[in-house]
Amino acid sequence: MRLKSENSTGFSRRGFLRVSAAAAGGLLASLYFDLRSVAQEGQAPPAKIYPPDAFIHIKPDNKIVIQVNRLEFGQGVHTSLPMILADELDADWQQVIAELAPAADVYKDPLYGMQMVGGSGSIAHSFQQYRELGAKTRAMLVAAAADRWKVSPDQCRTEASVVHGPGGKTAKYAELAEAAARRPVPATARLKQPSEFRLIGKPVRRLDSRSKCDGSLKFGLDLDLPEMKVAVVAHPPVFGGRVKGFTDSEARSIDGVREVFEIPLAKGTGVAVVADRFWAAKQARDRLKIEWDLSGVEHADSSQLWTKYKELARTPGNVSVARGDAKAIDQVDAAKRLVAEYEFPYLAHSPMEPLNTTVRFDGDRAEVWAGSQFQTMDHMAVAQVLGLKPEQVTFHTEMAGGGFGRRAVIDSHVQREAAVIAKRLRGTPVKLVWPREDDVRGGYYRPMHAHRVEIGVGPDGMPSAWRHVIVGQSLVAGTPFAAMLIKNGVDATTVEGTADTSYNIPNFQVSAHNPTVNVPVLWWRSVGHTHNAFVMETLIDELATLAKVDSIAYRRKLLKSDAKKLRGALDLLDEKTKGWRDKLPQDHAVGIALHESFGTAVACAVDISIDNKRPRIHRATVAVDCGLAVNPLSVESQFQAGLSFGLSQLMAKGAITLKDGRVEQRNFDGYTPPYIVDAPMAVDVHIVPSTEAPTGCGEPPVPVISPAVVNALARLTGKRYRNLPLATI
Amino acid sequence: MATYQLSVNGKRKEVTADPSTPLLWVLREELKMTGTKYGCGVSACGACTVHVAGVATRSCIVPISLVGERPVVTIEAMHDDPVGRAVQDAWVEKDVVQCGYCQSGQIMCAVALLKATPKPTDKNIEESLGGNVCRCGTYVRIREAIKRASQQLA
Repeated sequence: MRLKSENSTGFSRRGFLRVSAAAAGGLLASLYFDLRSVAQEGQAPPAKIYPPDAFIHIKPDNKIVIQVNRLEFGQGVHTSLPMILADELDADWQQVIAELAPAADVYKDPLYGMQMVGGSGSIAHSFQQYRELGAKTRAMLVAAAADRWKVSPDQCRTEASVVHGPGGKTAKYAELAEAAARRPVPATARLKQPSEFRLIGKPVRRLDSRSKCDGSLKFGLDLDLPEMKVAVVAHPPVFGGRVKGFTDSEARSIDGVREVFEIPLAKGTGVAVVADRFWAAKQARDRLKIEWDLSGVEHADSSQLWTKYKELARTPGNVSVARGDAKAIDQVDAAKRLVAEYEFPYLAHSPMEPLNTTVRFDGDRAEVWAGSQFQTMDHMAVAQVLGLKPEQVTFHTEMAGGGFGRRAVIDSHVQREAAVIAKRLRGTPVKLVWPREDDVRGGYYRPMHAHRVEIGVGPDGMPSAWRHVIVGQSLVAGTPFAAMLIKNGVDATTVEGTADTSYNIPNFQVSAHNPTVNVPVLWWRSVGHTHNAFVMETLIDELATLAKVDSIAYRRKLLKSDAKKLRGALDLLDEKTKGWRDKLPQDHAVGIALHESFGTAVACAVDISIDNKRPRIHRATVAVDCGLAVNPLSVESQFQAGLSFGLSQLMAKGAITLKDGRVEQRNFDGYTPPYIVDAPMAVDVHIVPSTEAPTGCGEPPVPVISPAVVNALARLTGKRYRNLPLATI
Repeated sequence: MATYQLSVNGKRKEVTADPSTPLLWVLREELKMTGTKYGCGVSACGACTVHVAGVATRSCIVPISLVGERPVVTIEAMHDDPVGRAVQDAWVEKDVVQCGYCQSGQIMCAVALLKATPKPTDKNIEESLGGNVCRCGTYVRIREAIKRASQQLA
């Protein structure tokens, strides 16, 4: 264990990390996917001692470099995790530099057992870890100072990267780093009381802001290495199709094209074009004449799938949850029964930075640069393709331009493609780019879903019976995640947000069908909550309207007594929106939604009108209980912007559809994300004060906005909106 | 392949490229100026916005052969431009960015807007930045930052 000191400069960060890891017991030598740990999610993780030297580098100039054990792709951990550590360390925040850590065992999520971003777990899972790292390092620095001054550590205090001792003695952390590094890492260190926090709980601006405003920050796609080539791949028009033959004479006639060859894909085969530049590679790829073998693979078709899904939704699926009398609904008089069917299409994530990965294969070593949400798996995948051990592969985490789940791919298909191509071009770095069209048409979508809900309404206007069937592909069947997430034949991500509802419904049954379809699917920011919150919150609103009860009051009455976070968020929303809810212009309406996901409760109110046949969102207010808000500025930002992401579901062209196996959209002109006119014009965010453990804020903004908007629309038009996208109102 | 004399951020640049190559890829791959981003390639997202002869332009659909003598200005020059600098400062003050990938394009559009319309209304903002996608959805703060920059420049 060593803290980097002024006397041991001269090796690079990579060298530093290698040395550190070796000193910490060869942690880089045994990369593995810790299934057992993943399977235990929800239980206390095994105690781990993290070596501070893998996370903290105190430089001779007093700069403190803090390694971030996750991808930064907008969610703000590149600032918030260093804040946590720096607070306990009493580091001078102005001197803190954050870096994204490469793939290594020591950077695995303490709870998931793999290095990843997902489930809004970055702060939730690493809060304690980063606090302890800071506190232990601080204790070592204080001990070094106390030694030097021959005083007791109790006589020393710390502030802004300086230890202060008796008699006005001071020592900068940089002066103490080497001596501190020779000391043993303490097994425990005192953590601050919340009243002692200097950074945690305070609004702190992002560390990566300026470099993202002046064009200097390098994303994965901006990587430029000597002799680097660029690859673009022709993928089959139907998932799993195979190359029968191809003509590349026209493609090869383009200046700068170096290689054209067939490659295996995660499903089927494709043709890779390698060129000196992206433009040449893409032009050449588009000029390939490929004959595809599309027999033997299912040609998925949206309209046929809807027919099938709706039929399935009329039959009971595997039971996820059953409370009370499952047949109670059958006894309810037809006049007191509400039956609703919903459609949700496939959705592409379409992060702004097109997917890419760079690999250089040198025979017995390789280097990878990728904006990856799943470093552990992507690292292993590259090693496997190249026939190397993971420790022979250095995997750099690149800043990523969004992701929303698209960079958390279980089959690592982008990294595998890049590795296959790099293997052929041994010694030459190759950057694989998926142009936007490939991303829009390339699968790995939020699955399409059908819901069918039958509700019995009691004499008090509250739901007395609820039977709910959900149909949609499993995200994890046949993967290492299945053991953890599939229970009783139901993928938990299919039913999350419905099965675990906090509404008190006495006779309640949720079942699901997870059909197999030849379309690759993937978690899309907030996962199952995208459709489940929409169904629940539009139906609750409809029930409130039928009961002629205010929609906030109705929800408050229906909430279970132990739904503390939701109740607190709803109460705060009520308080903060009273001022404007009842004073809207005549052609405006309010819509409410309330939903908890990933441990964070969110209540949302919108003020909308109809403008140009589309909902115009004049204002949105959210109230949030996310436990302790580590960086309230970041929480506010995530909620303001996450609402817009959630509106993707409502865009008129917000659907991926398939016809005869082929995706019908190509780019943002056919699959349209929300633009500035589609987003709320103003969003005010109110945080429920809390000292509870922090929960995530990346995904919880997404589920509430679409139901809130259509609930408001329903007040203006008298219609209910159950089929997404919102093609017409 | 053909050779072109360009004016980029006030400097003469000579590049050799296929005439069909979009300005975007000349900037990124020949001149190694990667602040201008590739998002869609079909002028549907605005990530590639630069100023060509002072006009906010989607560089992904402008072939290099059509640029000619017109001066090209990119995000890399914004800190030397009084309006550009004010916009960047407002972006930082308002903590606008998230993933940040679209922000070069947003800022280039905001600067063009403020140069033409120093006190923009919400409608002006929506018109000038209406074609820029921020997938993270930072639109609320983009509005605030433009108004802040406008105040600072007044």
